[in-house]
Amino acid sequence: MNAPEPLIFELSSPGRQGCTLPSLDVPPADLPADMLRDDLALPEVAEVDVVRHFVHLSQLNYAVDTGFYPLGSCTMKYNPKINEDTARLPGLAQTHPYQPVETVQGCLELMYRLQEALKAISGFAAISLQPAAGAHGEFAGVLIIRAYHRARGDDKRQIILVPDSAHGTNPASTAMCGYRIQEIKSDARGNVDLNDLRTHCTDQVAGMMLTNPNTLGLFDENLETVCELVHGCGGLMYGDGANLNAILGIAKPADLGFDVMHFNLHKTFSTPHGGGGPGAGPVGVSAQLADFLPGPIVERHGEMFTWVNPPQSVGRVRAFYGNFGVLVRAYTYIASLGAQGLREVSEVAVLNANYLRVKLREIWPTAVDRICMHEFVLQGPHNEVRTLDIAKRLIDYGHAHPPTIYFPLIVPEALMIEPTETESKRTLDQFVTDMRQIAQEARTDPALLHEAPHHTPVRRLDEVQAARKPILRYQLATAQADA
Amino acid sequence: MSYVPVTPDERAEMLAAIGVSSIDDLFVDVPPAHRYPQIDLPAPQSELEVLRELRALAEKNADLDHMLSFLGAGAYQHYIPSVVNHMLSRGEFYTAYTPYQPEISQGTLQAIFEYQSMICELTGMEVANASHYDGSTALAEGVLMAYNVLRGKRRRAILSPDIHPEYRQVARTYTQGMPIEIVGDDRLENDLRALAAMIDENTFCVAVQNPDFWGRLTPIDVLRDLVQAAHAHNALVIVVGNPIALALIRPPGEYGADIALGEAQPLGNALNFGGPYLGYFACRQKDVHKMAGRLVGQTVDADGKRGFVLTLSAREQHIKRERATSNICTNQALCALATAIYLSSLGKNGLRQVAELCYHKAHYLAAAIDRLEGYHLVTQEPFFNEFVIACPKPAAEINRALLQHQIIGGLALDRFYPDMGDRMLVCATEIHSRPMLDAFVQALKEVAR
Repeated sequence: MNAPEPLIFELSSPGRQGCTLPSLDVPPADLPADMLRDDLALPEVAEVDVVRHFVHLSQLNYAVDTGFYPLGSCTMKYNPKINEDTARLPGLAQTHPYQPVETVQGCLELMYRLQEALKAISGFAAISLQPAAGAHGEFAGVLIIRAYHRARGDDKRQIILVPDSAHGTNPASTAMCGYRIQEIKSDARGNVDLNDLRTHCTDQVAGMMLTNPNTLGLFDENLETVCELVHGCGGLMYGDGANLNAILGIAKPADLGFDVMHFNLHKTFSTPHGGGGPGAGPVGVSAQLADFLPGPIVERHGEMFTWVNPPQSVGRVRAFYGNFGVLVRAYTYIASLGAQGLREVSEVAVLNANYLRVKLREIWPTAVDRICMHEFVLQGPHNEVRTLDIAKRLIDYGHAHPPTIYFPLIVPEALMIEPTETESKRTLDQFVTDMRQIAQEARTDPALLHEAPHHTPVRRLDEVQAARKPILRYQLATAQADA
Repeated sequence: MSYVPVTPDERAEMLAAIGVSSIDDLFVDVPPAHRYPQIDLPAPQSELEVLRELRALAEKNADLDHMLSFLGAGAYQHYIPSVVNHMLSRGEFYTAYTPYQPEISQGTLQAIFEYQSMICELTGMEVANASHYDGSTALAEGVLMAYNVLRGKRRRAILSPDIHPEYRQVARTYTQGMPIEIVGDDRLENDLRALAAMIDENTFCVAVQNPDFWGRLTPIDVLRDLVQAAHAHNALVIVVGNPIALALIRPPGEYGADIALGEAQPLGNALNFGGPYLGYFACRQKDVHKMAGRLVGQTVDADGKRGFVLTLSAREQHIKRERATSNICTNQALCALATAIYLSSLGKNGLRQVAELCYHKAHYLAAAIDRLEGYHLVTQEPFFNEFVIACPKPAAEINRALLQHQIIGGLALDRFYPDMGDRMLVCATEIHSRPMLDAFVQALKEVAR
């Protein structure tokens, strides 16, 4: 099972084809001779080759379906199978985005119901389902903040405040909107440092991007004061919804003082991560910002559902309407759980995280030692053995994907652990046992950790060589030279 | 339905270990006034009930399993070989995340490497990334990349008016906060020669689409002239295009384009009412450090064995933060996997065959409609698998009448161009058999009366 799999190009044999097509049943037209290409070096393989190749590749992956995936900040919860079935219903999957609106009322109604559900969960007044990912939703949200200030004739605001614990997408999204960022420090309890924030709150501030619970997994104890300070200087509060899994049914972000927030449907609402997409990052806003949302969005008029463009929309952020297939999965999940089930999600996500926190802090210290939300951060070792070695050794045990490491940036040797609510106590206990064993090995046999993983399809890979001499595609010449 | 496996007894045991008496004690930091709000949602449902609800919604649609459709305009109905969905449905692929730990993610990494290689082959370009959200955001990122290649010193991007209208809207949305001016697409008369004449020392890129929004193919000498004019001013050329067409026509790399991008949905991804899709994106090796998005590279492990990793990440937001080339975090990995499986399955001959079938079917259909009384073919230039017709009545009205024949007509162009009320953009692909094409022609004839 750990044998290397050739590239599909290396399995190619002239004349093979994995799928046959109908023969031409209309008279051929003249092809435009001077426009035609000569060759197309795609692989030529049979159907059985395709199946074995991709099955072999799949077997080289670790995934939620194969085991525990406590990757902090990513909410790698179990992805219910029924969601896959509903997303593939031909009535939903086989629809074209430009069909006359009366022929796709089911799609629009589903989107409308999802908009309403996200409003109910978050407390926001309006939702656009368009953004394709969390970072895409952030970008839309910051554009909305910009449009709001400009609509009021307030062009002087150039700055977005971002805590030092923020995800990298926050400053990057801000920069794409033409804003400058100012970083706000965290205090010793992991909250926004109020003194630092006060010195930055000026009439130049367009808003603040805040993840709450933050990337340390902590609910900001001063959240209401933070919102008051930012609102007090005329700024808006952007909520990064990455960590919404902690507060479903516990609190509504709009009630807490946020004006704009994106949802990560692929985290909180169980849609699969797909090896890195597709996700969906709908954006929710308070009533005063509803006119600026990316359009179109769905409105209900009696029994009919229609597309509407918000009057002062920042514009569309993608073609068509959103990652509809992902929206179907998220809607299925919400319809399955209801309000009661969603609250249970957050309660158990937080319970599981705190249970692991108290068990693991006996091995490595927590970054901030207080009750956490759905995740927490440990400070790993920095001696002969480092956090990277712990992560790599954990792979050898085979029970868990390593946590997120070296993030947030404010914690040296960070190990960021998010168990999610879909893991049993038995799984958590196994993880604690493995981590304890690894800590023991770190003391007695550091070389074992340095060379880990030992039992994987490939061992540690040379990332420096990959970046210095990039090979980014298959090339016949390169392959032959290597052979 | 609940997916929580922790039993009440276990909860009690865990609370004791934490040292609190109830779950409520874990939420003391949440402001009490806002704690435990009322959430107004329908009651939880069993799997059976949810499936029933979703089926009922699905049945309100007239889907393309039951209707004959001639819609394209950026989203295309093609046959997807059975293996694609079977392979995509493997949990090892779709329940994994971004391959941060390469030793246990070689499946995803190698598949993306294969995808990148196939996109390079199709486009004739040197480097391709792991994909964007869709074709429109790929264009927007292409414009931003070109701006950065010229170090932000130039302000003007020229866009052809024959690029998909929604793509041009997205490019404007993306650049609204930047000191960038988008010009050239305000008049439909601006053909490629006119665009070439607009290029000046303040222009950082010119973007065109081939086949264009109307389905037309651009002659190779016109494309070469445009590239030459742009390069004479050190501006970049971006070519947007349907990747199925690239199996038939000369690819952008062959005539000197700097960036080739577009919507790769036609390569193995279902229509899904507009998403999830994926934007393919390819450029020259020399510009790779300015490219956005994830990239997979080949390397070796500690034993010298070939393996794959995410690479050149110094461009990306998690390293560079506000100085990153883009805020993009993930790609559309599963859609890219679908494309890799699709292209493997069809291979070099199969994809060419799909492209030729599209071409011949569309030309057969266009000629037949042109012969109908009251209709005529507007497109006079060579075209790939889409063309514009003029109808004897408003196209939207024709489309409403066609529904009675279980047919969804082409795109009524007044959706984007209010003065084109009688125009329809019609698309044919390999899924249309001759009897289907004939049925459409017959229905068009009947609804014209």
